[in-house]
Amino acid sequence: MTLLAATIPDAVTFVIAAAICVLGALGVVLSRNPVHSALMLVMTLFGVAVLFVEEDAQFLAAVQVIVYAGAIVVLFLFVIMLLGVDQKEAIERDPLPAQRPVAICVGILVLAEVLLLARGHWPTGARSVSGAIGSPADNVGLIGRSVFTTYLLAFEVTSALLVVAVIGAVVLARRPRPALGGSAPATGPAVEPDGDDEDPDDTEPDGGEAGTAETVSSAAAQAEDELASPEVPGP
Amino acid sequence: MLRVAFLIPLLPLAGFLILLASGRKLGNPLSGWVATFLVAASFVVTVIVFAGLFRLPVGARSYTQSWFTWISAGHLHVDMGLLIDPLSMTMAAFVTGVSALIHLYSIGYMEHDEDFPKFFLYLNLFVAAMLVLVLADNFLLLFLGWEGVGVCSYFLIGFWFERDSASSAAKKAMIFNRIGDAAFLVALFLIYERTGSLEYQRVFAHLGSVGEPSLVAIGILLFGGAVGKSAQIPLYPWLADAMEGPTPVSALIHAATMVTAGVYLMCRINPILYRAPDAAHVIAIVGAATAFLGATIACAQDDIKKILAYSTISQLGYMFLAAGIGAYDAAIFLMLTHAFYKALLFLGAGSVIHAMNDEQDVKTMGALARLMPITAVTFLIGWLSIGGVPVLSGFWSKGDVLLNAFAFSPALWAVGAVTAVLTAYYMGRAYLLVFRGEQRWVEAKPKAKAGLHPHDPSWVMSAPLVVLGALSAVGGLINLPIHPDFDFLERWLNPVFATRLFSHQWSLGGVWTFALVDAALALAGVGLALALWGRTYERPAVGPVFLRRAWYIDWAYDRLIARPSTEVAIETSSVVEAKGIDGTVNGFAWVVRATGRRLRSVQSGYVRNYALGLAAGLVLILAYVLTRAS
Amino acid sequence: MTTAASWYLTLAAVLFTIGAIGLLVRRNVLVMFMCVELMLNAANLTFVTFARRLNDIAGQTAVFFVLVVAAAEVVVGLGIIVSIYRRRPGATADDIHRLKG
Repeated sequence: MTLLAATIPDAVTFVIAAAICVLGALGVVLSRNPVHSALMLVMTLFGVAVLFVEEDAQFLAAVQVIVYAGAIVVLFLFVIMLLGVDQKEAIERDPLPAQRPVAICVGILVLAEVLLLARGHWPTGARSVSGAIGSPADNVGLIGRSVFTTYLLAFEVTSALLVVAVIGAVVLARRPRPALGGSAPATGPAVEPDGDDEDPDDTEPDGGEAGTAETVSSAAAQAEDELASPEVPGP
Repeated sequence: MLRVAFLIPLLPLAGFLILLASGRKLGNPLSGWVATFLVAASFVVTVIVFAGLFRLPVGARSYTQSWFTWISAGHLHVDMGLLIDPLSMTMAAFVTGVSALIHLYSIGYMEHDEDFPKFFLYLNLFVAAMLVLVLADNFLLLFLGWEGVGVCSYFLIGFWFERDSASSAAKKAMIFNRIGDAAFLVALFLIYERTGSLEYQRVFAHLGSVGEPSLVAIGILLFGGAVGKSAQIPLYPWLADAMEGPTPVSALIHAATMVTAGVYLMCRINPILYRAPDAAHVIAIVGAATAFLGATIACAQDDIKKILAYSTISQLGYMFLAAGIGAYDAAIFLMLTHAFYKALLFLGAGSVIHAMNDEQDVKTMGALARLMPITAVTFLIGWLSIGGVPVLSGFWSKGDVLLNAFAFSPALWAVGAVTAVLTAYYMGRAYLLVFRGEQRWVEAKPKAKAGLHPHDPSWVMSAPLVVLGALSAVGGLINLPIHPDFDFLERWLNPVFATRLFSHQWSLGGVWTFALVDAALALAGVGLALALWGRTYERPAVGPVFLRRAWYIDWAYDRLIARPSTEVAIETSSVVEAKGIDGTVNGFAWVVRATGRRLRSVQSGYVRNYALGLAAGLVLILAYVLTRAS
Repeated sequence: MTTAASWYLTLAAVLFTIGAIGLLVRRNVLVMFMCVELMLNAANLTFVTFARRLNDIAGQTAVFFVLVVAAAEVVVGLGIIVSIYRRRPGATADDIHRLKG
């Protein structure tokens, strides 16, 4: 493999896109404000989309922009705005001793090792097992054919996964209505009725565990619908 | 008739179990009567079996009865079996008889003791163990009885265990016994290894194939066991201390029965000793030395029970002397008569102690003959018997021993003769100081003895004294050397000893000469006692210190062995045990805890830390992949 | 010639590392989540690189599925975060340390 055997436009595109990615990534990690982090993430995602196009994965590039940048990050921003998590985080000091330096060391080590692996001998697999990549015009069709024939089971399973995720999100985030002569609303798979119709702020156990199943609060249900349904590129 | 032999040890054992279960309920004195009755019943059965054995023709007087197989492991096969032959029946007869008398006596002696039932429980167990010992048909069962009597001795010596001296004495007895037992065990191993069996009849049949050095070793080792059990040199100091136990215990165990087990053992292994003359000679010499030693110490003791204890050691020495030179029936004869008169003397001493409110020092007694006539008369008979005054039983039995001793070795005879004089002397001294003279106890301790009115005890205690007195007087008739028709005992025991018996056939003149010499020795001792102690008390007020302190032998044991051992034990327990062994075990626990404490800090509870751990693991895995990939 | 695969792989590695360090260092839950997304993207990039290298469509299919699952994961994760924040506004990842030994 020759490292520098590249055409000039490709190389330039790659360098610019790579720079965008890295800068974005650094921005995500180093920003104090979570909103800034989210925006930096968008920048990274765009860079990656460009690289996808460069790698003859046009469909994926499009999907990346639409789904990842367009839906997921938006979701992030919704939550940030909703919950008011945009307070600045004290980023100077890490309360856990030695966490930061060790993390950086470990990270650099991982990078070094992966780079070494990257330069090493590639484990070459068989080529074109699931179908060759054809011209750009065929990309969508090829992916579609692959998904619907070779990887049909995975496709079906992920569909089910999406349904589960939707239901889960709805159930997790809902606030049960206060009982007006009615019992606690029927629950989904992830929640047990705690009998906290009246005032869960008194009956809930203390401690801030991520006890998601218990955190069905008693305020009137709001915004549950808004949070429940991400847009998914359906089949 | 012989088939009821199994009852002989079983009845006292039943007594033990009954008293164990309900002794406290039966109480005082019923539990004592139950125990006495059962031992007396055992005596009756013994007589029956004795008669049954007597009816068998001379050559066939041997009967074995096996209850069940005790051990069956590979080639080792040991039964719970009894051997009924003249020797074992003789032993059983006097053991049960004298025990029954002493049980009866104890009902009176222990009547004020609150642990009355426990006493009889132990006594019955002792009798059962002793009977197992003498009736066993194999060495292992004998050893079982041997250990049993040792344990009962421990219990009974330490009966009043709240007294430090008593529990120490019990421990001392156990330890000295144990040393002998170790030798006994090694002998058992040797016997089994050389002959392939532990049963008497099989072992004795195979002796021809065993080399003499092994036989000598076996003989010496078994004698080692006997030395411990029968208080010979060097394992005798425990017997004097064993006087801490109640007097009936001293009478039964440390005079008449347990200490004679060693002599019995020597007689039982006569086939081995016959083939190992070196071992036998050692036995004879040790016996003679012990006889002399015991007699000299007894001359200077003030405690009446200690006088009797050292006297026992001395008389046992005589018995071992006889066994060592091969005159087994003389040894058994002496054992028999000794049982009678020594038990008598002890019980008499017990009466005196009882009457004097537990006072045991002869210096503070005196003139009790008029106040306690029965006790005095029987004690007199006992004295004269042990002294060897004709025609009481001691004269004949000791005479038998000395007769054979001279034929074997005049030197041994000389030691025996001197000891005989001393025996008559010290026992006379005891009698005269206790029963004659003035009532020294009035001035000696006026306050303590103010209300003291010594008198003869009740019939339960007096009757055994009388019976034993009679036996001591006429007991010699069973084996008179005067005429071959009269030595019943020798003929009775002949099947057991056969040709191995050393019995020099003296002419009638020789027999009479020796009889006269023995009488002279006895009267010399009596005369000496009367001369020194008959009139006044001013004579050597106390004996020489060397003798009083028992030749300082016990003192030497204490200084050279006991104290250093205790030091070592203390060192070991405080250093090796506490710091070394305990320390190691504790150290393990400490290491575990310390490691846990260090490792616990890994569990910080923060998710990010755990994620960091994951990342570190990733580094390691990638490193591994790198090393393999390249 | 097109660019060599090792460039893309290097870039993916760098992105992954940055995402990993960010995950370990930041305390704000949402930012940590975003770092996870970064790492997923690095993986996607690697997949696509290999798809081109091995001329196999399966790499791109894999990215497709990764995208789907990432989306589902974000949905549920944010639902959880919302639930937590309702109870405890201002919670950070450091607030859970009951498992401390």
